[in-house]
Amino acid sequence: MDIFIQQIINGLTTGSVYALVALGYTMVYGIIQLINFAHGEVVMIGAMVAFSVITALAGTASPLPPAVILLAGVAAAIPACMAIGYLLERIAYRPLRHAPRLAPLITAIGMSIILQHLALLVWSRNPLAFPQIIDNPVFSIGGAAITGVQIAIILLSVALMAMLTWFVYRTRFGIAIRATAENVHVASLMGVDANRVIAATFIIAAALAAVAGVMVGTYYGITHYTMGFMLGLKAFSAAVLGGIGNLAGAMLGGILLGLVEALGAGYIGELTDMCKWPLMNQVFAERCAADGHLVLMGSNYQDVFAFLVLIAVLVFRPSGLLGERVAERA
Amino acid sequence: MSAAGPILEVRDLHVAYGGIVAVKGVSFEVANGETVCLIGANGAGKTTTLKALTRLLPARGTLHYDGQSLLQRPPHELIGAGMTLVPEGRGVFARLTVAENLNMGAYCRRDKVGITVDRERIFGLLPRLKERAKQVAGTLSGGEQQMLAIGRALMSRPRLLLLDEPSMGLAPMMVQKVFEVIRSVAAQGVTILLVEQNARLALSVAARGYVMESGRITLTDAAPALLANPKVREAYLGE
Ligand SMILES: Nc1ncnc2c1ncn2[C@@H]1O[C@H](COP(=O)(O)OP(=O)(O)O)[C@@H](O)[C@H]1O
Ligand SMILES: [Mg+2]
Repeated sequence: MDIFIQQIINGLTTGSVYALVALGYTMVYGIIQLINFAHGEVVMIGAMVAFSVITALAGTASPLPPAVILLAGVAAAIPACMAIGYLLERIAYRPLRHAPRLAPLITAIGMSIILQHLALLVWSRNPLAFPQIIDNPVFSIGGAAITGVQIAIILLSVALMAMLTWFVYRTRFGIAIRATAENVHVASLMGVDANRVIAATFIIAAALAAVAGVMVGTYYGITHYTMGFMLGLKAFSAAVLGGIGNLAGAMLGGILLGLVEALGAGYIGELTDMCKWPLMNQVFAERCAADGHLVLMGSNYQDVFAFLVLIAVLVFRPSGLLGERVAERA
Repeated sequence: MSAAGPILEVRDLHVAYGGIVAVKGVSFEVANGETVCLIGANGAGKTTTLKALTRLLPARGTLHYDGQSLLQRPPHELIGAGMTLVPEGRGVFARLTVAENLNMGAYCRRDKVGITVDRERIFGLLPRLKERAKQVAGTLSGGEQQMLAIGRALMSRPRLLLLDEPSMGLAPMMVQKVFEVIRSVAAQGVTILLVEQNARLALSVAARGYVMESGRITLTDAAPALLANPKVREAYLGE
């Protein structure tokens, strides 16, 4: 098996999911400069709602075809998440719109904790096995394996990103969203109701999060009420990597982060194998002679990469890869 | 619509930033079809007055547009009623294209044909914008951005156009061009309230003017009289 190609495939899959979630962070940030830390929990709720619907429909004697059941899960998760996204904005953030920046940020963290604990009450504290109802054929390309679910995740993400781009760049309301992101006062002078635009942004972000949640559940086969935390942090890192507030940046950042993480996980064992390094294999000669390997960090360190990337971006290019603002000339 | 009464009537307007009162009981009016200017030094409270009018700042007093109070209306409802502002510093959407900026001016309109006609009319009036229609507005020169800001406002078919320092930061050549455009807009019957530090220029376009000092209106008269007024000549015309 070719590790490199395999990890590229795995990275593209998780990267697609990160991109969908990162878009939610970046859209909300672009409009109201808020890092909506509860966004990861919206993803989790999406996965949980789909889990419940799919589990309920996929009884032993279910007459429905598996694809229909999965679609029903998605169809339930999307409006549920949209409602939560709307309520977050309406109840938690809107009253703080003119408050100092720290207040909505702390509120976002509070909302994240509240959503987690609501999920804990509804769906229990145990990891839940996400029903694997659809066939998942494995195809081989270039000495590596790609599953049907991976193909579906990548293609669906690309389609959703294309739709979002079309919406934001080609429709009247999408252009109003971009205008509001740039200057809310002037946009309101043009007749744009800022409240509607902001609410719509939260709703769109939540819909993407819902789909991402179902993807995660289907891909890993498991959901848990805390799953939104790490996923949210990684997607946020991806948004910062691409340049927060920049849509193309979130897509690029998500994919890149997925790739970095997958390749990192694929090679970190080899790279931290002391027996492979010239000087170190002298130091650890005894252990190397006995086992042949002395691996300091295994692939369970893969979560580190997202944060290494985040730190590197913040140090070397705080505006992110694509986050350059067009200067307004005098 | 009350053709007889003033289109804009402001009585005893007070506006404060926190505890700092920037506008202290200002009253003025603009009649339908008139071009009126509000002149005053930097910091006099002109921009603050316009922001209160367009509901971007909370205010006390009486604000009547077209016979109706503005105080309870949110800013996004004004343009539909025919009132729009070209803000200080132009406020073009730098990351949107020129064409998208113009479309934003017509955001509240549904008459596609009329919008196309108006866009072509504005391109006729401001040919530079047509050449640059697909460019993002942030790449335009300052003068072009001012033209775009005015063109965008015209796309809403305003009845009352508020202009905040359209000459600010522009080269003299460009200032002349901008004011030619303002004159031709006025000639088409659009009511204009022009705010300027450049008093000579403003009074050359307006029929009447108000002079604002430290949050109060201290003088009002017909434009020729203001141009001849020794106080105005000394304080605002540099003589
Ligand atoms: N955002 C603000 N916060 C506090 N004070 C302000 C703000 N904007 C303007 N001011 C003050 O209000 C006064 C009037 O300002 P402004 O309306 O911008 O004057 P003008 O447009 O006539 O130059 C000035 O003293 C200015 O310092
Ligand atoms: Mg000003």
